[in-house]
Parts: sequence; structure tokens; C-alpha cells
Amino acid sequence: MSRLLEAALFAASRPVTLDELRRLDPEAGAQDLQAGLTALRLRYDEGGHGIELAELADGWQILTRPELAEALAQAHLVDRPRKLSTAAMETLALIAYRQPVGRAEIEEVRGVAADGVLRLLQERGLVGVVGRGEGLGRPLQYGTTPLFLELLGLKALDGLPRVDELAVELTPPAAETPEGA
Amino acid sequence: MTYPSPAADERVFVVELAEFSGPLDLLLTLIREQEIDITDIPIAQIADQFIAAIHQLGLNQAADYLDMAARLLRIKVQMLLPRRVDDEEWEDPRAELVRRLLEYEQIREVVGWLVERATLRADRWARGWIPEGPERPAAPILLDLPALLHAVDDVLRGMPQQVLHRVVGRPLDVEGATRRIEALLADRAVFDLREAFGAAPTVADVISALIAILELARVGRVHLIQPTPFSPVNVNRGSVEQAA
Repeated sequence: MSRLLEAALFAASRPVTLDELRRLDPEAGAQDLQAGLTALRLRYDEGGHGIELAELADGWQILTRPELAEALAQAHLVDRPRKLSTAAMETLALIAYRQPVGRAEIEEVRGVAADGVLRLLQERGLVGVVGRGEGLGRPLQYGTTPLFLELLGLKALDGLPRVDELAVELTPPAAETPEGA
Repeated sequence: MTYPSPAADERVFVVELAEFSGPLDLLLTLIREQEIDITDIPIAQIADQFIAAIHQLGLNQAADYLDMAARLLRIKVQMLLPRRVDDEEWEDPRAELVRRLLEYEQIREVVGWLVERATLRADRWARGWIPEGPERPAAPILLDLPALLHAVDDVLRGMPQQVLHRVVGRPLDVEGATRRIEALLADRAVFDLREAFGAAPTVADVISALIAILELARVGRVHLIQPTPFSPVNVNRGSVEQAA
């Protein structure tokens, strides 16, 4: 089973979902699959390999080990991903937490027009239109894509920090501060 | 961004606005730099600093910053309005701004987390990982030589025959003129050039006849004689013809 999984994950250039892996061997049950993946992961971790098995974006993927990143990048064998602007990251964060969310809400929170940033995120495949809202003109609603999870190394959206874990809490300001300014 | 420590008498900030992603970002940075309690913002001071800061802004983003500046000034004015001490109805005009700032600060915190995660992930590459493009690359193509040749054949067969030349009837008829002149030569040893043109000649007829006569003269079957200048040209039967 491990060999079959290894071959499938090696051949695919994106995370492969459990459903897709299950098609490799119709005889194998979910247990066999999980056992195969665990065995493969252990083999990579303990056998002195330059790669590892990662679970992300609803699937599994073979990745190079982080400690080798510097050498790979210096040899120009791989490109380091380009960073997004702060504006794009803010918009992305907002969409990740509030999806599905319309443009108006994004602009309201960030206090800036969002057209350009939204288009950029869509072009990069990080954000997609997931539906239309109920409001006037049925505005487009945006949500994050599997690529977003993949680039963050997340299994699913619930891997994002929960709102109550954040240092800043949204508490209503104390109303009894009459003398200011 | 650079903040010279504010002078005691004049609180002016030098801010590089390219660093800010929006008016809330700028506002929040001003507040945090001065360690101001976000629930009790000295609105007048912050508004002045904010307006001073946006003076150095490019016009393309100015609208968003100006909108915020206007809000700050309105809040400043609302704060200055007199009110009764025991007014239960009174609502702090800064409340909405504070809510938005906290909301925005939350976003900033999430961004920090996302950047950290993305950096960790960026140190690990998948096989043939392509930095951009959510599309799966197309599967490799299976080539079959006979099928390929067949396809080429079909394409060639389907191609319309290209028309390279359009043949148009030549208005000149040198051959016809030659035959006519030869008939005249067979009849008479000498005749006037004008007779070679035929009755009611067109321009094409005249040119045809001239070319025919010049050709016959070149091969020696006729001699062209003009007895005096400007007189009609006589066409004489050539010596070759006589020899034959």
C-alpha cells in the first residue's frame, strides 16, 4: 500500500485527497489507507530522506524538508514564492475569516477600495467567487481556495487561529469616558 | 517609516505613506507608536497628526485617507459639543472608530500569523511546484505516428487550392496580325504599312500589327522602306521569302 501511495503522491503536482487515493486500490479500506500513509510518513521521517509527507489542503503531498530549503534556493533549483503586499494579505485574512464575504464588507473593514487587490488575489488563485449575496444588486461573495490552504500548509480552514485566541479582542469601548479630546 | 521623536512644542510626524496599506493602518500606527489608550483617543491630537501625515500622499489613494480625515474632524467636533453631565443618551462619538480600529488590529494580527505560516510553508517544495496558477498542468500527450500522419493528410486535403495567378485575355493579338500581314505579303510584294492595321483598327490592333511587322523585319521576311521623311512606310517582301 505504501508503495502505491508513494507513487501516486510522487506523480501528482498537487495535494491528493483521500478520496483520490482510495481509487488507487478499491479493495483497501480507510484503515489500510491511513496505515499506509502513516507508514510512508514514518519511513520519510526516520529513514534519512530529503522529503517528508505533509497533510494539507484536504490532501496529502510530498514536500522537501525545510532544513534543506536554503541549499535548494541558493542553487536556483527552486524559486522562493513571492510575497504578497500588506494590502493583499489583509484582504486575504479578512476573506479567510469572514467568507463568504462581499467587497463592500472588505472595504468597510480596511477603509480602502478593494477592487485591485481582489482581482490580484483571484488571479493568483487564492480567492474565488463563491456565490452571490442577498443584498442590492446581488453582490459577488468571495471565499478562499484550496491553493490558499496549500500555500499556508494548512489541512483545512479550521487550522486558522480562532478569533478568541487572538490577542486583540473585539470588545465594545467603555462608554463612560466623557472627557476626551 | 521614520518617526523623529516629537518635539515638545510641535508634534509633527514624518511618515512614509507607502508603508501603510490604508487609513486605518496609518491611524493605528500613530496610536500604537504613542502608546495611546485606544478606548480614550485624544481625537484632536490624532486628527491633526493624521492630516499632517496625509499631506505627503500620492493622489491615487488620497480619497480613502481624506475620508478618514473627515471622519476624525467630525468626531472632534462632536466631542466639543456641550452636553449635560448626567446625559444617559450620550454616546461616545469615538465608539464606532474604536470598533473599526480594533477590528482592523485583529486583521493585522491574522496577517502576521498568515505570513509566518506562509514563510514556513515556503521552505518546503512539492515536486515540480509551480509558484503560480491553480490549474493542474495538462497531462503528457500520447503520440501515435500513423494517427499523426493521418491527421496531417486530412489537413492537407482540406486545404483549399490556392489561386496564384489570374489569367486574363491579352488584348494584343500579334499572331493574328502576323497571319494577316503574311496574307498581304503572299498577295503583293509591296504594300503600305497602314494596310497592315486592317479596317477600323483599335489601339491594340495597331500595336499588334507593329510588333508583328517588326518581328517579321527582324527575321528578314520583310523590309521596311520610307522613301522620304514623313512619307508612308512601304512594306516590301523580304529576301528570305524570295529565296524560299
